[in-house]
Amino acid sequence: MKIVIVGAGQVGATLAENLAREYNDITVVDINDNALRALQDRLDIRTVPGTGCYPDVLVQAGIEDADMLVAVTNSDEINIIACQVAYSLFHTPTKIARVRAPNYTNPKYKKLLFNDKHMPVDVMITPEQVVTDYIRKLVEQPGALQVLDFADGIIQLVGLRAVKDSPLVGQELRTLKEHMPNVDARVAAIYRKDRAIFPEGDTVIEDGDEVFFIAAKKNIRKVMGELRRLEKPYHRLVIAGGGNIGFRLTKALEDDYNIKIIEYSDKRAAYLSEKLNRAVVLKGSATDQELLLDENIDKTDVFLALTNDDEVNIMASLLAKRLGAKKVMTLISNPVYADLMQGGGIDIAISPQQATTSSLLAHVRRGDTVSVHSLRRGAAEALEIVVHGDKKSSKVVGRAIGDIKSPPGATLAALVRNGEVLVAHHDTVIEAEDHVIVFVVDKENTKAVEKLFAVNFSFF
Amino acid sequence: MHLAVTARVLGFLLMIFSLTMLTPIIVAWIYGEQTSQTFLSAFAITLLVGLLFWFPAKNKKGELRTRDGFIVTVFFWLVLSTFGALPLMLSEAPNLSFMDALFESISGLTTTGATVISGLDDLPKSILYYRQQLQWLGGIGIVVIAVAILPMLGVGGMQIYRTETPGPMKDAKLTPRITETANVLFKIYLGLTSICALAYWMAGMNGFDAISHSFSTVAIGGFSTHDASIGFFDSGAIMAICSFFMVVSGLNFALHYHVLHNRKLGYYWADPEARMYIYLLLVGAIITCLYLYYSGTYDWSQSFSQGTFQLISIMTTTGFATTEFNAWPTFLPFFLLFLSFFGACAGSTGGGIKIGRMLILAQQGIREIYRLVHPNALLPIKIRNRKIPERVADAIWAFVGVYLAIFYLMVLLLLASGLDYVTAWSATAAALNNLGPGLGAVATNYADIGSFAKWVLCWGMLLGRLEIFTLLVLFTPTFWKN
Repeated sequence: MKIVIVGAGQVGATLAENLAREYNDITVVDINDNALRALQDRLDIRTVPGTGCYPDVLVQAGIEDADMLVAVTNSDEINIIACQVAYSLFHTPTKIARVRAPNYTNPKYKKLLFNDKHMPVDVMITPEQVVTDYIRKLVEQPGALQVLDFADGIIQLVGLRAVKDSPLVGQELRTLKEHMPNVDARVAAIYRKDRAIFPEGDTVIEDGDEVFFIAAKKNIRKVMGELRRLEKPYHRLVIAGGGNIGFRLTKALEDDYNIKIIEYSDKRAAYLSEKLNRAVVLKGSATDQELLLDENIDKTDVFLALTNDDEVNIMASLLAKRLGAKKVMTLISNPVYADLMQGGGIDIAISPQQATTSSLLAHVRRGDTVSVHSLRRGAAEALEIVVHGDKKSSKVVGRAIGDIKSPPGATLAALVRNGEVLVAHHDTVIEAEDHVIVFVVDKENTKAVEKLFAVNFSFF
Repeated sequence: MHLAVTARVLGFLLMIFSLTMLTPIIVAWIYGEQTSQTFLSAFAITLLVGLLFWFPAKNKKGELRTRDGFIVTVFFWLVLSTFGALPLMLSEAPNLSFMDALFESISGLTTTGATVISGLDDLPKSILYYRQQLQWLGGIGIVVIAVAILPMLGVGGMQIYRTETPGPMKDAKLTPRITETANVLFKIYLGLTSICALAYWMAGMNGFDAISHSFSTVAIGGFSTHDASIGFFDSGAIMAICSFFMVVSGLNFALHYHVLHNRKLGYYWADPEARMYIYLLLVGAIITCLYLYYSGTYDWSQSFSQGTFQLISIMTTTGFATTEFNAWPTFLPFFLLFLSFFGACAGSTGGGIKIGRMLILAQQGIREIYRLVHPNALLPIKIRNRKIPERVADAIWAFVGVYLAIFYLMVLLLLASGLDYVTAWSATAAALNNLGPGLGAVATNYADIGSFAKWVLCWGMLLGRLEIFTLLVLFTPTFWKN
């Protein structure tokens, strides 16, 4: 696919890296020459310096025969205009813009404003919102390492670390059914010491395994209880950093949780105190030990470090953990740091790019992929694919899951049919228009999975 | 530095290269010659050495970094030139010494076209074909071909592609992916060669000569299958075809791509480098023709045809000959050799300093004059209304400086080896600009100069083809320091 990416910032660069690796033709446009050069040295892409919404610059970037424009500069307006230019002058089929201002994305205006008659933006993404939602789900499911929504949230994929002395640990997977007769769940993948194990009936879960399972949202907590001692729902949160993410998260959670938010800048702190009603806004540094102690850090359920500075986040998290915070979640943009900190003092490292890229990948993927989530820092992937065709033209329709030859490392984990969740078993038969959730242990095999679900046109 | 990865790539490329020694066997078979044995053994040796490099490192993963790119390219050229010499050394017919075979092979791969062989007409066809093929492989750059064929190089491909591309702007890509860019270039190259061969054939060459000469024409090489070069055919049509394809191959291949892609011929004229190139060719041709006529060397029609052909052949750094231009009045041979320093356009198969660099240099010269008149003016250097980064301009100054320094160093070395001044000067120019024929003792071939001089010229040709810095960087201590 030919894709033009406008903006070589963190989002743009990560996206370019992911897409170039999947053999797309990527051209990145940015006004910053140095950022482009650094990117071109690293990736097999073309770069064009210039303002990304000027027609001439876009032509240079090859917009004329591009399949997709992704505008992710830090200016909403440039992104929107780039989409407009691409639509009006070059008829680019898919246009994605990063739009941050909540006013634009307000449902009151969004539908009327962003359509092909006015502002032709096909997909709007708000990385901050995506990351906020991601963190919010983690807060709402205590004990989970990762929570991913499928089919508009009725089905969820949850990653967690199994702990000994829980009912299912040390048992074979097939006993899952006996443990919970009324609950349908399926283990999609197990990682033991960073190596993927393909889950089968006789696989035994051990202490410390990272288990990904899929179940209807209402059953998630029950299943989690089988794998680790259930944690009490969180109550007291301390959030470090009142930037875009910190603010959005606090706003979303302040009615249900007891939140203290620490912000360094005077002005921003004043702004926060104005906009937030229940949360306590503290002006100060997140790495200030006295401040943390004064605010009873040792009684805190979760400490979230969400500033835009990786180093501050890591340091503040380590400090909070040592001062007694029960759990720390840390925003780490630099993938190298994320690798370094894994398994150290930080309970959950959140990669903002990974969350954002996931939400974009679905649009790039061929066929009817509804959503894509990358897991384990991009190594694995979970896809939601809509099945089309009939018994003749499709390799999956009308076949039982046990009969489908799925590519190595791929698990067909669950189906959603007419809004109902069906956890996949050997005898489950796939029908057309089902949403199938597939877990791919190694991203390399994603192509094979897409091929499996592709409708074979020669039969038409 | 990743020696293992480098060895893996190098070994693999060598194995691929060994395959090109099989095509002459087909030629030998067609003409019933006894040279198959030679090529087979050369093939076996090359393949084996390639395997030796590749096999121990075949599972070593890792991407090529910028530094590895230099090593791969330079070693590739060195190793390839050496192994390319094998058939010439092993065969009975030219039966060259190692030194001569190496010289011939480097001259072929660098598209110089200087030869140590006389009596080409009597050599087996397969050997002749092999020489032409060497030039063809060297023309667009073996690395470009390799990157086009082997997508496995990935980003590493860019690192080595960059080290081989001629011209000041090394990062320009035609398409987002390097494999595709190389592919596009390779296709244009292949297309030009086929059309050229067809035209030669229609103009009266036999099939073998048509293909052989199309190889060396489009590669801007200058090897011929006859001692008398293009003059052998004594045909105005062939001279015209040859001139046309030399001019076309001397243009930037990226320009060909844009013209083909957008179907607009106007792109050629819109490009300042191409325009300058055409102007220079025109002015040079007019001066040459007029001088030939007024000095009484030829009549009108001869002056025109010989003058134009030789000018194009020398200035694009091809080096085909239809006549002994070294016997022309003294001004002309030096004038033509001087123009060969300008060479062809950046991104073409030609040699020399490249018109694009000269253009920027000239603008800088003019800027200094301007500055004397308007001391407060801000004067960026612009090509196509876009500012050339200072960094590029600096690099060009350094390039030209080092180019000239190396040029005179080589002249001195050749003088030391006992050659006379005209021979030394012209041989150096011919080697460094990848031109081919020189003046004086090296006017027809390089058989009679000593082996020290040949060594010097071998390095000259490689330096010229790899645009000096790529090769020189390997001789600096910084490069090897970890």
